[in-house]
Amino acid sequence: MKQKFDIIESTCVPLPLENVDTDQIIPARFLKATTRDESFFGDNLFRDWRFLPDGAPDPDFVLNDPRYGGEILVAGRNFGSGSSREHAAWAIAGYGFKVVISSFFADIHKNNELNNFVLPVVVTPDFLEELFASIEADPATKVRVDVPNQTVTNLATGRSQSFELNAYKKYCLMNALDDIDYLLLQKDKIEAYEKR
Amino acid sequence: MNTLFDKIWDAHVVQHVEGGPDQLYIDRLYCHEVTSPQAFDGLRERGIRCLRPEKIICMPDHNTPTEGQEKPIEDPVSKKQVDALAANAAEFGLTHYGMMDPDNGIIHVVGPEKGLSLPGMTIVCGDSHTSTHGAVGAVAFGIGTSEVEMVMASQCILQQKPKSMRIRIEGTLGRGVTAKDMALFLMSKLTTSGATGYFVEYAGSAVRALSMEGRLTLCNLSIEMGARGGFIAPDDITFAYLQGRDYAPKGEDWDKAVAAWKQLRSDDDAIFDREIVFDAAEIAPMLTYGTNPGMGIAITGYLPTLDDIPAEAHASFCKSLKYMGFRPGDMLLGKPVDYVFLGACTNGRIEDFRAFASIAAGRQKAPGVVAWLVPGSWKVRRQIEEEGLDKILEAAGFEIRQPGCSACLAMNPDKVPAGKYCVSTSNRNFEGRQGPGSRTLLASPLTAAAAAVTGFITDPRVLL
Repeated sequence: MKQKFDIIESTCVPLPLENVDTDQIIPARFLKATTRDESFFGDNLFRDWRFLPDGAPDPDFVLNDPRYGGEILVAGRNFGSGSSREHAAWAIAGYGFKVVISSFFADIHKNNELNNFVLPVVVTPDFLEELFASIEADPATKVRVDVPNQTVTNLATGRSQSFELNAYKKYCLMNALDDIDYLLLQKDKIEAYEKR
Repeated sequence: MNTLFDKIWDAHVVQHVEGGPDQLYIDRLYCHEVTSPQAFDGLRERGIRCLRPEKIICMPDHNTPTEGQEKPIEDPVSKKQVDALAANAAEFGLTHYGMMDPDNGIIHVVGPEKGLSLPGMTIVCGDSHTSTHGAVGAVAFGIGTSEVEMVMASQCILQQKPKSMRIRIEGTLGRGVTAKDMALFLMSKLTTSGATGYFVEYAGSAVRALSMEGRLTLCNLSIEMGARGGFIAPDDITFAYLQGRDYAPKGEDWDKAVAAWKQLRSDDDAIFDREIVFDAAEIAPMLTYGTNPGMGIAITGYLPTLDDIPAEAHASFCKSLKYMGFRPGDMLLGKPVDYVFLGACTNGRIEDFRAFASIAAGRQKAPGVVAWLVPGSWKVRRQIEEEGLDKILEAAGFEIRQPGCSACLAMNPDKVPAGKYCVSTSNRNFEGRQGPGSRTLLASPLTAAAAAVTGFITDPRVLL
């Protein structure tokens, strides 16, 4: 959903697993929907980790742990690998996450998050490790993500890092504009290219 | 001193967006039924049409059943999605090869075999295995649905230019070692994120020696190392494969095209951001044991132990092995197999069926093994029949099904039940990929055939 980004301060949901693929974020059987109903995808985020085969919530999975919540998902390295399904980004957005923090994202998923106004924040491996430790020690740990200044801060330790976001995408996020809005204004350049 | 990747990419840059990505012109957009409906909705909401409808090709493949395609799809949700693609293609004036159309099949099998994917092109699809088309010497990559909508609206995509990597595999592959083993070997060495941020050019004598089918398999799996795409510079093998295909240039145009395509190569002094060399002789038939495609070993090898795995990866490793029902240090040879799947955009081509049949010939499917043999397209199925492979396979107790993505991701009725082991020629062994609770072991068509006729994990080299 298009929304303007500024400063986000929130508690986090920790998922300290590596190589979380988009098949886990949203299994293929939920890709049959023909609409972009984010609440449907959000309800099925991490479906097979979140629910037992009989449909009951799995008490061992972090999304079912009442201690954790918030608008920030903190995940292990190589988050979003595998399938290009944008439904994974819709599920993350639909569940209510605005930011995903990891030390490494898969390319296609990272773009999909950005195109859905979910901000992927890349931090160093030791920042990530420390953040997992902070959250484990105190689930009320908050993180501040400052988009204008491109900084992420672990408020439990005060440690802060800058993160990468290109100037174009930053402008889009802060003004709730998407790439299609931009491309539709470029028709002259496209036609000129085609005549080359 | 440019790489081929630079040459193709740079030739398609409409403009560089200030402080941001490139606006890249796209020559071909493929659409399947799963990742396109929301893009069409987006166009309708914005009140716009496709800018260049003639450059867009649609076909359903993910939901299609592999038997009874002549009847309506039973699953109403699958049917709705397949019908939506047909209706959207009609509304927006796009070419559509529907179910049962003689040109239908898996989009990544059909594109090259119809000559829709050509050297030097930029090709995208809302599907990570779009990298397959790189085998013809194109820059091809998977995109999300918002990006599909972007291309429909403007024939362009905004994209950061990836870095370039060259992977050279020199020497000769051993007997019974295929392009699939080559790819699984690369993933086991590089991990599933080793090539993230890169576009890969495959080179070296072992890559050059691959047939087009083998090259398509290798490029298909680029994404499983994290690479956005992978390609092979076009050569005489490429041109021989493409000549005469429906959409390939004809007559004088063909000669001109080939002359231009011969220029599509990295300069001798081109500098890659990363370059890796492997010896083809090191590669054995490979098999995966875990829940990502990088978790592969030589079929005669042993699973890693915890000592082999970095501490921060222990949780993921143990979760994976628990899911698969294996223990660290296990050997896979001799383990019983419940299902075998031959097919997918990875290994659903004619050469894959020839390989499978070469082991099945004169043998019998093991009792208790359920085998799904799913051609990648109707054209592949017709060729199977023309070559008499269907007779050989039927005599061995196998049947050839109708084309589609099938058990690769189980969006159609072909689902592996929970807890069952499937030796699969597809591309992903993620948890639940072939159905909730399914356990996938990725392998080549030869290894799949060896499992199908013996009922357990078997080194295909002993059956050749």
